[in-house]
Amino acid sequence: MHVVGKLSVKKPIFNRPKKKTNIKEKIAYICIYAVALITMLALISIIGYVLLNGIQHINLEFFTQEPRSMGRKGGIFSIIVGTIYLTIVSIAIATPIGIGAAIYLTEYAKENKLIKIIRFGTETLAGIPSIIFGLFGFVFFVIFLGFRWSILSGGLTLAIMILPTLIRTTEESIKTVPNSLREGSLALGATKWQTIVKVVLPSSIPGILTGLILGIGRAIGETAAIMLTAGSSLGIPESIMDPTRTMSVHVYLLASEGLSKEKTFATASVLIIFVLIINLSANMVANKYIKKLI
Amino acid sequence: MKIHEKIIETILFICAAIATLSVLLITVFIFKEGLPVLKSYGVFNFIFGKTWSPTNEQFGALPMIMGSISVTLGALVIGVPMGIACAIFLAEIAPKSVVKIFKPAVELLAGIPSVVYGFFGLAVVVPIIRTNILPIIQKFNPDANTSGYSILGGAIILAVMILPTIVNISENAIKAVPFEYKQGSLALGASHFETITKVIIPAAKSGIITSIVLGMGRAVGETMAVILITGNMPKVPGSVLDSVATLTGTIAMEMGYAGPMHQRALFATGIILFVFIMMLNIIASTTLKRVGRG
Repeated sequence: MHVVGKLSVKKPIFNRPKKKTNIKEKIAYICIYAVALITMLALISIIGYVLLNGIQHINLEFFTQEPRSMGRKGGIFSIIVGTIYLTIVSIAIATPIGIGAAIYLTEYAKENKLIKIIRFGTETLAGIPSIIFGLFGFVFFVIFLGFRWSILSGGLTLAIMILPTLIRTTEESIKTVPNSLREGSLALGATKWQTIVKVVLPSSIPGILTGLILGIGRAIGETAAIMLTAGSSLGIPESIMDPTRTMSVHVYLLASEGLSKEKTFATASVLIIFVLIINLSANMVANKYIKKLI
Repeated sequence: MKIHEKIIETILFICAAIATLSVLLITVFIFKEGLPVLKSYGVFNFIFGKTWSPTNEQFGALPMIMGSISVTLGALVIGVPMGIACAIFLAEIAPKSVVKIFKPAVELLAGIPSVVYGFFGLAVVVPIIRTNILPIIQKFNPDANTSGYSILGGAIILAVMILPTIVNISENAIKAVPFEYKQGSLALGASHFETITKVIIPAAKSGIITSIVLGMGRAVGETMAVILITGNMPKVPGSVLDSVATLTGTIAMEMGYAGPMHQRALFATGIILFVFIMMLNIIASTTLKRVGRG
C-alpha cells in the first residue's frame, strides 16, 4: 500500500490521505455540530426569552413592595424574605450533618458492610424525586411531628434533599488533602480530631463552599417539595413556624393560574438571575481551588 | 482523652447514617400512608384501573402511569441522541476553547429551576405546537387536534432537562476509554469517525447506558415542568398530541385539596413512582459498578 512509502515523509502517522474522508462521515460530523449548536440555542433561548420579557417589569418597587391581589399587582418582597429564610434554615440544618457525614466517610469509615449500606443509602437519597420528598415532608414533618405548613417543615425537607450533594462535594475535597499533612500533624502529637479540625477541614473549605452554593441553588429552585411542606402563604413570615411562599412556588402559582404574565416573567427573571449568580460563584470557587492544587 | 475521641466518632457516625435513615423513613411513611388503599382497592385494580375519579372514590392509576411512561419515552427519544452527540462532541471533537464555554453551559442547563422550564414550555412550546405544528400534522391526518398541552410539549422540555445528566455521565465514560484503544484503532487505519463509532462508543457502552437510565429517572420524577405543559387530563393517551396527567403531576396538583381517602390514594400513586425510581436507581448503580470493574 502507498501508506508504507509515505511513512518516511515527515507527516504525523495518524493522518490519513484526505481523499478517503467520505460523505457519510461528513454528514455525521455536521449532525453532531448541529446538535451541539441546538443545545446552546436551547439554553440561550430559555434564559434570553424569560429575561427579555421579565427585566422590563423589574424595578425597585418590585423588590420592596408586598404582593397584592394574589400576586397580580405589587412586588415580591415577602416572597424574597420567605425564600431567603427557608434557604438559611435548610442550609443551617444540612451543613453540619453533611460535613460530619463526609468526615466520617473519608477519615473514619472502614470498608465494611455497614458503610456500604450507608453509601448506597446516600446515593439512593440523591435519586429520589422531589415530589416524593414533598409527600414525605407532608406526612412526617407537617402532620406526624405537628410542625404544620411552616418554614421549619420546608427547611427540614430541603435539608434532607441537599444532604447528598453536600456530602459528596465535601468528601471529594477532603480526599484531595494530601496524607502527608495528616501524618505531619499526627506526628506532632495532635489527636485525630485535632488533625481533622485544624488541618484537614481548613484545606477542604473550597469544596465545602462549592457544595453549599450548589445546595443553595437547589433550595432556591425547588418547588414541588416546598409547596407540600411550607405552604404558599403570601404574608411575611414572622417565625420559623409560619408558612411561606418561595420564588419558584410563586412562579408556579402565577403561571398555572394565569394570574399575571408580567409578574410571572419578572419573578422568573429574578429566579434565573439568582441561579446565574450561584452558578458563577460555584464555578469561581471551584476554579480557584483547582488552581491552588496545581 | 480517648473517650472524648470516641464520642466524636459516634456523633460523626450518626451524621453519616442520617441520609440512609432518611431513605428508610421516607420508605416507611410513604408505604404506611399508601398501602391501605392499595390493599383495599386491590393492587391490580389500582394499577390497571382506567378511571381516576377521586370524587367517586375510583382510583385507577393506569392513565397516570401511561402518562408518565409516554412523556418519559418521548423525552428519551429526543434527549438520548442529542445527549450522546453532545458527549461525543465534548470528549472527542470540540476544540478546548469551545469545551470551556460548552461545559459551563450544560451545567447551567442543569441549574435552571424546573418551574422555569415549565413556564417556558407553557409560554413558548405549547403555543408553537398549537399554531405551528398542528397544521402540519393535520395535512396528513385531518382528525388531529390539540390544545398544545400535550405529550409532545412535555417530551421536548423534559428532553432538554435530562440533557445535562446524559451529557455529563456519557462524556465521563467516553473520556475513561483508554487512550491505547484509540491509538490502536487509528494505527490500523480507521478514520477518527470510525474510531468513535466502532471503538470508543462500544467501550463506553455501560457508562452511556447508565446515563440514559439516570436521565430516565429524572424524567419520570420531574414534576413542575410536566405539570405546566402536559395539561393534566387523567385519560389514557391515544397520540403524542393528547394531553396527559403524570404520576408526579397528579400528586402535586391534587394534594392541596384532597380529602383523607383521596390523599391516601395519592400516596399509593407515590408508592408506584417510588418503586419505579428505585428500580431505575438500582439498575443504574449496578451498571456503573460493572463499568468500574471493566
